[in-house]
Amino acid sequence: MFDVTVIGAGIVGSLIARKLSSYQLSVAVIEKEPDVGNVTTMANSAIVHSGYDPVPGTLKAELNVLGNKMMDQVCDELDVEMKRIGSLTVALYDEQLPLLEDLAKRSAQNGVPVQILSAEETLKLEPNLSKEVKGSLFAPTAGIVNPFTLSVHAIENAVDNGVKLFLEEKVVLINKNDDFYNIICESGNTYQTKIIINAAGIYSDEIHKMVEPIDYFLTPRKGEYFILDHYCDDLVKHTIFPLPSEKGKGILVTPSIGGTFLVGPSAEAMASKDDVSTDKFTLDEIKRQALMLVPSIPFNQVIRTFAGSRPTPNTHDFIIRYAKCDDHFITLSGIESPGLASSPAIAEYVVNEFVSRVIKLIPNPNFNPRVKARPHLKEMSVEERNKFIAENPDYGKIICNCEKVSLGEILFEMNTSVPPKTIKAVKKRTRAGFGKCQGGFCQPLVTKIISEKFNIPLNEVMFQKRGSFVVRYDIKGEKK
Amino acid sequence: MINRKLVIIGGGSAGMAAAIKAYELGERDILIIEKNAYLGGILNQCIHNGFGLHEFKEELTGPEFMTRFSKKVDELGISYALESNVLSISDDKVVTYSNAKDGLVEVKAEAIILTTGCYERNAGAIQIPGDRPSGIYTAGQAQLFANCYGYLVGKRVFILGSGDIGLIMARRMTLEGAKVLGVAELMPYSAGLNRNIVQCLKDYDIPLYLSHTVKKVIGESHLEKVVIAKVDEKMNFIEGTEQIFNCDCLLLSVGLLPNVDLFNKLPLSMSKTRGAKVNQAMETEIPGIFSAGNVLHVHDLVDYVVEEAREAAVGAISYLNGELKHEGHVYDVNPGVGINYVVPQKVFLDDVKDNLSFKFRVAKPMKDINILITEGNNIIKKIFKPAIVPSEMEIVHVSKDLFKRESNEIKVYVEEKK
Repeated sequence: MFDVTVIGAGIVGSLIARKLSSYQLSVAVIEKEPDVGNVTTMANSAIVHSGYDPVPGTLKAELNVLGNKMMDQVCDELDVEMKRIGSLTVALYDEQLPLLEDLAKRSAQNGVPVQILSAEETLKLEPNLSKEVKGSLFAPTAGIVNPFTLSVHAIENAVDNGVKLFLEEKVVLINKNDDFYNIICESGNTYQTKIIINAAGIYSDEIHKMVEPIDYFLTPRKGEYFILDHYCDDLVKHTIFPLPSEKGKGILVTPSIGGTFLVGPSAEAMASKDDVSTDKFTLDEIKRQALMLVPSIPFNQVIRTFAGSRPTPNTHDFIIRYAKCDDHFITLSGIESPGLASSPAIAEYVVNEFVSRVIKLIPNPNFNPRVKARPHLKEMSVEERNKFIAENPDYGKIICNCEKVSLGEILFEMNTSVPPKTIKAVKKRTRAGFGKCQGGFCQPLVTKIISEKFNIPLNEVMFQKRGSFVVRYDIKGEKK
Repeated sequence: MINRKLVIIGGGSAGMAAAIKAYELGERDILIIEKNAYLGGILNQCIHNGFGLHEFKEELTGPEFMTRFSKKVDELGISYALESNVLSISDDKVVTYSNAKDGLVEVKAEAIILTTGCYERNAGAIQIPGDRPSGIYTAGQAQLFANCYGYLVGKRVFILGSGDIGLIMARRMTLEGAKVLGVAELMPYSAGLNRNIVQCLKDYDIPLYLSHTVKKVIGESHLEKVVIAKVDEKMNFIEGTEQIFNCDCLLLSVGLLPNVDLFNKLPLSMSKTRGAKVNQAMETEIPGIFSAGNVLHVHDLVDYVVEEAREAAVGAISYLNGELKHEGHVYDVNPGVGINYVVPQKVFLDDVKDNLSFKFRVAKPMKDINILITEGNNIIKKIFKPAIVPSEMEIVHVSKDLFKRESNEIKVYVEEKK
């Protein structure tokens, strides 16, 4: 019997689990995917929004602004790369200038520092912007973050502090007994828990429906993106937004924390939550719109396209509340953008405002907020790095050429409490395979490393999900 | 910091050929840096034959071809660092590499030859439309898994792109018992060598769909289907031409790109080949830094790779001897009508010994054409070709004496006979 069970190990569920691990509670996290942070957390703009955009007075506005402020400390404790590069929301037509004023007012109401810049000032900051620019809203507190390690390190820190993580457990049924829930999974396993926190992201409506009828609905809204290689030096130094519309924040152009550039997303209402396919028509439209902002984007440097799906609620705000039928079921739904930026604040809010009212929270005296510190080879001097390699030669052996990731860094991750066992999981944690060859050279090596480390045959190593084989048939074996 | 006269980055066929040539020209202070645990690069996984017809006048497999070079490297006692990955080259020629044994090593080189080969365009680079299942590989990845790991990536195979590696893998996987359902090629002609179309597709009744490409890949976790469709001259899909193939793997053979990563932080401009711009000595815009083989432009035959690497070695030795003056009459070399690119992009005529060679590829297959090399308005060489295709690299040698020093532009182009 667990005190609290979190359903969903995306960024929100992971940070909630971590917050819960700072109290004397028995906590479980159940995740349907083979890795944490695998759905919406994995495919988004990776931006720490400043909070100028959400409608003042909404939960979105409050949690975005607070989450943004908390991000430095969280990233420091969890050893996650984050940079406050600032954002520029750009007006391309004279008619848009009043909208900048409106946004500035909204920012003031939300408590977000911003500044309206003239065309000249804007171009001085970002010379590659369209010369048509008429002015912009500069939000210096906006940032970029590594969403992959943020979610992985959050859950790892939670597990290090006593949380139990169960992967590949898809919840199919929830039964309420007198004073506890039975969570039944597709695997046949049942988890008993006093409190459920539904952080199932794009599936949170379905989980909620397992306990009561719901009065909102989620629309999966797909966003497609381009990733451009590192070598477009100085393409843009800030996150560049067009002016927002009711469809969202529009097509942005931004550096990513890994040094690549992101262009996107589209915003297309989908029939299926699982559809994260890309298509030429949409990508061409993204390209067209992005080039209006930044005419010199070198699209011949594209290393990948991808799509993510965000759960857009018809309520136009984050939905965080108790189930109507029971205050031991806390639901979080419609956590679309700026969910990533808000996530640390969401975790605090859920625990302080909801969990604390239904169970006694006694601080965990052994709670350590810091994740096991990663070796940051790239930041070391030659001497430091050599000392490091002398102690462990694996740090000298480079596996991923494009991103210069060493064997030591990959093995480090494999020795943590939430080890990567798929190609994708290794990629998210270490960047091996993130570069221009997209694993062309390192994927066979990583497959071998996983196979050897976890003692699984090479043809049972998965790319990502169950059934996503890397190599399928043993040539020699079949000839017998 | 270690000092070396000549550092060669990449110990594949180009790197080894350059090292051997530099040795033969008298240089002894040479270091080859190789990321793999063995020399030979990509040839190690190319177990098919067809290598060495020009170089050795016989047909060898990739490993046989490269072994002849690696043996020579050992015989001559040329030093090399294996499992060593170059992290950076600075503009004052400090090469920093990393390996497990020595850690980070900084080598101050007097001259550098970059021979890091190329990489395959992949599903990301071609922005493949549809789902993101596993089961989509570059042809070279499938080749490595089959030939070096002993695993087959699939049993029902579709291939996108008619590049040579894809064609080779069509045959290889057929021989291992897989069913190759077809090869789709975006262009109206094959990207691979004709001999490979015949020996790898026709001999096994594998259909080649020209002017076709993948419209969608479908698969929740692993690849289940690919949808291909015909394209018009503007590369737009033609409605109603879709064909669906149930398959468990899609191999991509959609082109190779020079692996110029290490040049990206240097003040060097790139040419249309996506390799660095070089002069007649295979020297980049930074004096003393050279580039040769597939990192410069993608070759069709390894025989030409080693030839070019030797040119770079000759250039590097000339540089070390102070013989590259970068003075006197200079030409910009530009591709004209019908040509995709020309290597080199610059010629310092006074630094040329006897002959100049121009390497290029044509933009489309053509028949009965003249290749023209001009200096300003003067035609200095004209060669008739009954047929010419983009899959084959062309080399034209021109004697230094033919140049008149009247203009600063050399142009290579094709004249089609009407």
